[in-house]
Amino acid sequence: MTAPADPVLTVSGLKKAYDGLIAVDGVSFEVCPGEIVGLVGPNGAGKTTTISMILGVLEPSAGQVRIDGADLSTQRTKALARTNFATAYAPLPGNLTVEQNLRVFGLIYGVKNIKGRIEALLADYDLQQHRRTKCGLLSSGEQTRVTLAKAMLNHPKLLLLDEPTASIDPATARDIRARIVASAKTDGCGVLWTSHNMYEVAEVCHRVMFLARGRILLQGEPEALIRQHGVANLEDLFVSVAHERLGAPAGHAE
Amino acid sequence: MIPSRVFAIVLRQFYLLRGSPVRLLPMIAWVGIDIVLWGFLSRYLTAVAGPRFNFTAALLGAVLLWDFLTRVMQGVTTAFFEDVWSRNFLNLFATPLTVLEYLAGLVTTGVLTSLLGLAAMLILATTVFGLSFFVYGAALAPFVLVLFLSGITLGVLGTAIVLRFGPASEWLIWPIPSVISPFVGVFYPLSTLPGWMQAIGKALPPSYVFQSMRAILAGQPADWGALALAGGLTAIYFVLAFAVFAAVYRFAMRTGLIARYSAETAG
Repeated sequence: MTAPADPVLTVSGLKKAYDGLIAVDGVSFEVCPGEIVGLVGPNGAGKTTTISMILGVLEPSAGQVRIDGADLSTQRTKALARTNFATAYAPLPGNLTVEQNLRVFGLIYGVKNIKGRIEALLADYDLQQHRRTKCGLLSSGEQTRVTLAKAMLNHPKLLLLDEPTASIDPATARDIRARIVASAKTDGCGVLWTSHNMYEVAEVCHRVMFLARGRILLQGEPEALIRQHGVANLEDLFVSVAHERLGAPAGHAE
Repeated sequence: MIPSRVFAIVLRQFYLLRGSPVRLLPMIAWVGIDIVLWGFLSRYLTAVAGPRFNFTAALLGAVLLWDFLTRVMQGVTTAFFEDVWSRNFLNLFATPLTVLEYLAGLVTTGVLTSLLGLAAMLILATTVFGLSFFVYGAALAPFVLVLFLSGITLGVLGTAIVLRFGPASEWLIWPIPSVISPFVGVFYPLSTLPGWMQAIGKALPPSYVFQSMRAILAGQPADWGALALAGGLTAIYFVLAFAVFAAVYRFAMRTGLIARYSAETAG
């Protein structure tokens, strides 16, 4: 029997308060290597605040974030060198070409053999024909592929995806999901994925956490949660959580 | 500090300049217009007053040195504004890049772009209007150093203001050199000013540069004591500007300002 791998992300008692308003209230969870974990919840639940704190762009009021063993507050550079992210709401600068953006961020992440890595990612994400196109001229789907290519530059141990398929047509979204799952499998990285698309979450996530009013109300495998709560699908469960009609089963509420 | 990360910030600006030569134009055009305007004015005043006073060195030299400071400052702030305009903060600050590396990249960019403007000014001023920097002698080195570091200081302070108060405050930053110039006596001695303006002027290092410049042109020796004071003040303000930026950055991390900047991307 092999020992379970150490988590790539350990979040303990994470809290964020703004002038008395609590956005995230003592959230704790782990993400293991190769695991895709969904973080879902209604608007204002605290998903983006949680992701921002894990990305190191928002200082927690309390709690700790460890990425691949490195404490984000004291070993920021080390922790963030092992992380990467993609979000539909922070596209790469539109006035640089695809190749230029990848080179700039490759240098920031200290990528070895940067030229070879860029070529591999351009091929993986079907971007060769766009390499000299300014990112601002690409379609939403193409821009998302560029953002994902950037997110894979440093072979991250932890990949944070904040609604990566928002505003993308279903066919392109399916293609993008497949690429993320394949990359996560190849690199063995842990993925924290936020989305409002419950079908997407059910399809790709090994585990899902429901966040509401800054707290994790329940978590588990998508199929198990559906069975456990007697709902037809994850979307119905989401609606219940959003309306807080759910009595959290023992051992699942935090 | 990892040099490759600093280089990444500079490389981004290089790509922008190479991809859009229009960005090069303001670096050369405005300073060129200034040199032409003040060059002809100096020539006219020399024709009216005769060769008793070196108007070219006094006016054109002053304009060139002040424009140099302005270009250095704007080189730093424009590099920063590129990240504001493209809402790139989340992409940059959620990486291993440190604040010091980011600032070092901005400053390096400011230095390189201001050298372009300086070259254009020097070529015009020396070839068309016969300005010679030899008249300033060895004092030219501290003149340039003080103005150069003051430009960086103002640039870093400007970026801190925009980071703290948001993209709209960009319009507070562009006129900073024009606001400061009356206090530092670019074209006249500080004694011309009322007391309260003189007090402010004495706290600003460029004042001592222009004061020394005029003294040299009047046939007096360079005031090395005043230039040493200017150097000391410059060093203090330089360190303070970086400390202010670091404090604003920490504030932005605590309050979510960085995330708010990026949130505008969705709009």
